[in-house]
Amino acid sequence: MEAVLAIAIGVLFAAAIYMMLRRSIVKLVIGLMLLSNAANLLIFTMAGLTRGAPPLVPEGMSAPAGPVADPLPQALVLTAIVIAFGVLSFAVVLVRRAWEIVRTDDLNRMKDTDT
Amino acid sequence: MNPALVLPIVLPLLSGTLSLVLWRSRRMQRLIAVLGTLALLVSGVRLLGLVSRDGIQVLQVGGWQAPFGISLVADVLGAIMVVLTGIIGLAVAIYSLATTGRGHEAFGYFPLMHLLLAGVAGAFLTGDIFNLYVWFEVMLVASFALLILGSERPQMEGAIKYVTLNLVSSVIFLVAVGLLYSLVGSLNMADIAQRLTRLEDRRLVDALAMMFMVAFGIKAAAFPLFFWLPASYHTPPVAVSALFAGLLTKVGVYALYRVFTLIFHHSPGYTHEILLWGAGLTMLCGVLGAAAQHEFRRILSFHIVSQIGYMMLGLALFTPLAIIGGVFYIIHHIIVKTNLFLVSGIVHRLRGSYQLKRLGGLYREHPWLAILFLIPALSLAGMPPLSGFFAKFIVIRAGIEAEAYGVTFIALLVGLLTLYSMVKIWSEVFWKPLPEEGESDDRQPPARRELWLMAAPALGLALCTLFIGLNAGPIHALAEASAAQLLAPEHYIEAVLGETGGGS
Repeated sequence: MEAVLAIAIGVLFAAAIYMMLRRSIVKLVIGLMLLSNAANLLIFTMAGLTRGAPPLVPEGMSAPAGPVADPLPQALVLTAIVIAFGVLSFAVVLVRRAWEIVRTDDLNRMKDTDT
Repeated sequence: MNPALVLPIVLPLLSGTLSLVLWRSRRMQRLIAVLGTLALLVSGVRLLGLVSRDGIQVLQVGGWQAPFGISLVADVLGAIMVVLTGIIGLAVAIYSLATTGRGHEAFGYFPLMHLLLAGVAGAFLTGDIFNLYVWFEVMLVASFALLILGSERPQMEGAIKYVTLNLVSSVIFLVAVGLLYSLVGSLNMADIAQRLTRLEDRRLVDALAMMFMVAFGIKAAAFPLFFWLPASYHTPPVAVSALFAGLLTKVGVYALYRVFTLIFHHSPGYTHEILLWGAGLTMLCGVLGAAAQHEFRRILSFHIVSQIGYMMLGLALFTPLAIIGGVFYIIHHIIVKTNLFLVSGIVHRLRGSYQLKRLGGLYREHPWLAILFLIPALSLAGMPPLSGFFAKFIVIRAGIEAEAYGVTFIALLVGLLTLYSMVKIWSEVFWKPLPEEGESDDRQPPARRELWLMAAPALGLALCTLFIGLNAGPIHALAEASAAQLLAPEHYIEAVLGETGGGS
């Protein structure tokens, strides 16, 4: 399972970088989205995948019995998803605003806006 | 429990919330801006007093024990940075009373400013690496919105570069945190440091160190990933520029200092060597970029980059004297650079331009403004007896003692070129006669009160520079104390983990 996820993460990173190197700003933002998803998946996988062992403490004990899934990376991923959502919505609005003002999607043609 | 540690984070958040609640009342928002930043400054000074008297202060948030919960930690460096945040916050808040237009305020300038200050203070005080990421993001989101405030045409290109580069850096940071967690199984920086020394399989450690270096290097605008800074810092309203120039890149530098003294200090031959080259090239690229510019704020932006190099140099040499120099440099630079941006804003208000060739003759009309520019400008270039002289002197002396002659030579050369840039601004803006282009000057000259509101913070910061320069002893003692703490991370680890009997 880890191998499959590792390959998926690699593909996501590669796709993200490819998209970010395009000239279109919309594709740049798509690249950023893929990038943040790849990072989230990476954190999720790095901590090790444990199936069917929720980190629950049985009644009357102070620690869970046996090996359980590490809940912390999932909390991290959750936080990272929320942050990425906020930041990327900003990026989408920025792209729209830039298009409204400059009327182009091409980063090369935006060069002359700032003189 | 120690409330002094949370106040610098809570107060700006509270002021920001209050400003949001009082959205319709422009008057109240302005009042809160000044009072809130003043409160931040007072809480910072109190924290610094506490830290320098009683040593490192720790607060386990929510009462959770150290490696499990989030710790807030203030050592001398963190407390100094919070005080500086307060100073810059207050100066910019007063300044923006005069410079921020009604339109910008209607888009939430003041709430965003408070949020930014909260993010910066949080980054300086947290002892948890994931929490550091969260504060970085708080700061970034606020800075994104501030950067495109008014959304004018020239702001777009800079904003896109700024957003992209900072998001990439955040992702690298996040990935590095994830990998580090899988390696040591902890997020508390003190705990990470302790577990990392005991780690047997060390193959990944240097790679991780490099990931953190790249992530923070982008935020600090270090070579080779600095170009987002000069592309964006000259576009927003000038009060925002001043705030960014003083604080944002320095958060990156602070993070470099924290991570490379506390966590990744085991193979300085590798990591700090790279930092050393990075520092030299950062200095050189920044100053050469500035020499080619003819716009007031762009020159200053490029100089931020070159000055970041000096701070990194202090860290890279990694001797006690060098760290002292680096910390001193951070203190000096934050004040001076904000001051220069404030002066550029006053010039713009008087003349309506940032282009050097359209400016001139200001010395004849406003000699006080010329003096106000000259103090931080000469300080930036490192003229005695101003603060920059001591900062540069300590760093360069440390370089010579560490026998890093190449980088030291670059540092000296960059100092000279900085002086060239400052003299260029001086002679173009203040000395040469006003060019006779016959521009229709239909702008109203600023009212006396407005001018005072702009000049007062600049004057205050100039006095800070003079104070640091003429009274370098106490500041040097503070820098020395923080360097001593940075170079002995055991104390930091003990302070965070010790009181819970932890240290797993």
